[in-house]
Amino acid sequence: MYGGGYIQEEKQEATSPIDDAQKLAAFEARIDRGEKIEPHDWMPADYRKQLIRMIEQHAHSEVIGALPEGTWITRAPGFRRKLALIAKVQDEIGHAHLLYSAAETLGKSREHMINDLLTGKSKYSNVFNYPAKTWADVTVIGFLIDAGAIVNQVANSKGSYGPYCRALERICYEESFHLKQGHDAFITLATGKKAQHDMLQDALNRWWKPIMHFHGPPDKISEHTAKLMRWKVKMATNDDMRNQFLDMYVPKILEIGITIPDPNLKKNEATGQWEFSDPDWDEFKRVINGDGPCNAERLAVRQYVEEHGKWVRTAMMNPNQKVVIPFA
Amino acid sequence: MSKIPLNTPVLDPRIKRVDLESTYGTTSIGENEHWISWEVFHQKKRGDQHVHVGIVHAPDAQLALLFAKEQFGRRLACVNLWVTKSSDIFSFSYDDEDIFDNATAPEKQYREASGFRVMEKINRYKKSKQKA
Ligand SMILES: [Fe+2]
Ligand SMILES: [Fe+2]
Repeated sequence: MYGGGYIQEEKQEATSPIDDAQKLAAFEARIDRGEKIEPHDWMPADYRKQLIRMIEQHAHSEVIGALPEGTWITRAPGFRRKLALIAKVQDEIGHAHLLYSAAETLGKSREHMINDLLTGKSKYSNVFNYPAKTWADVTVIGFLIDAGAIVNQVANSKGSYGPYCRALERICYEESFHLKQGHDAFITLATGKKAQHDMLQDALNRWWKPIMHFHGPPDKISEHTAKLMRWKVKMATNDDMRNQFLDMYVPKILEIGITIPDPNLKKNEATGQWEFSDPDWDEFKRVINGDGPCNAERLAVRQYVEEHGKWVRTAMMNPNQKVVIPFA
Repeated sequence: MSKIPLNTPVLDPRIKRVDLESTYGTTSIGENEHWISWEVFHQKKRGDQHVHVGIVHAPDAQLALLFAKEQFGRRLACVNLWVTKSSDIFSFSYDDEDIFDNATAPEKQYREASGFRVMEKINRYKKSKQKA
């Protein structure tokens, strides 16, 4: 997976329903006590809306994130790498299932969510709008994109919504293998023949900008983070997660002789904050709004798959069955 | 949505063989096309309880079990799974959560082992014996 802060925040509607003040106070007191919110609890309309948006986009990211890696299964170097990649891709699709289920408990159907993905109405992690050109790209994704995702998911698993936390706990367990197999492949290339090392360096150079985009725009330009953090929908700011990611992974990149293509990247020991060049937030906005190298291909693949699986799904539909909101 | 041309050469060797552009922007999933949901209960080892772990979508119980195996019996130890339709689950409302408060209420100490102070009584008895 891949979820969280990188995702665009929806503009708040002017006509946001006024929530019952007493219920709101009880709801917030429950969150302050560290208790979880469960599906049929009363919740502010905006809490529900923001959670659906966040969990749904996290789910879409798992589905779309499997595409650049899935492409490489047939070409992964060696049988063991192929097996590991198949297992990882299957895990990611499993993550999507878990997350769609969690979002469904809030009242949006899986069909509706997938339709919003297909029309481009709802977003997914921006990094998957970039191509995986070589095996080294898959290695960078498996190590560093999954690492970024883990920072985000571990934080969110301490959030306030029960079903999302339960899904994330399970996801985090599986992610530990994703990270380790990615790190292993990364080290193999970095310490291998010159051609391998150069291929990895080239891939990291291309991926560094999307990696810096991964946790989302800087706090000073993202909206209503404060309320989402009060409600424990968001557990850390975009900047904090990015900083934590850099703390943990920059040393792991440098220690095996790979360089980072940003001369201004350094940790300010006084503040504990990493400093870096502007990673081009205009490009981020452009790509997330549809104008990236792979946006069209990603959605076209999903369209193709949905179109060609439709006859099976509809043949098995039972019109007498009663659909209810699940308990997941 | 109008047809959007793919703006990079497609890299996926499988996808190169299909005409992606012809389906682009035309598909949507019908209502209930993903069927109903089933609650899944997972038994880690013989002797353990079956524990609720999540849901799957499936048109019938056989497929629900198959999907549950893929989703919940793939990575963790498992000897058995149950599925049941979400619509067949009945539950209390969290609004009535306080009806369970007295399960752990302090005034119910008379039914806890810790509610009985036998050592105090024994020690008092022993002490009185020593004095005598
Ligand atoms: Fe994942
Ligand atoms: Fe992953």
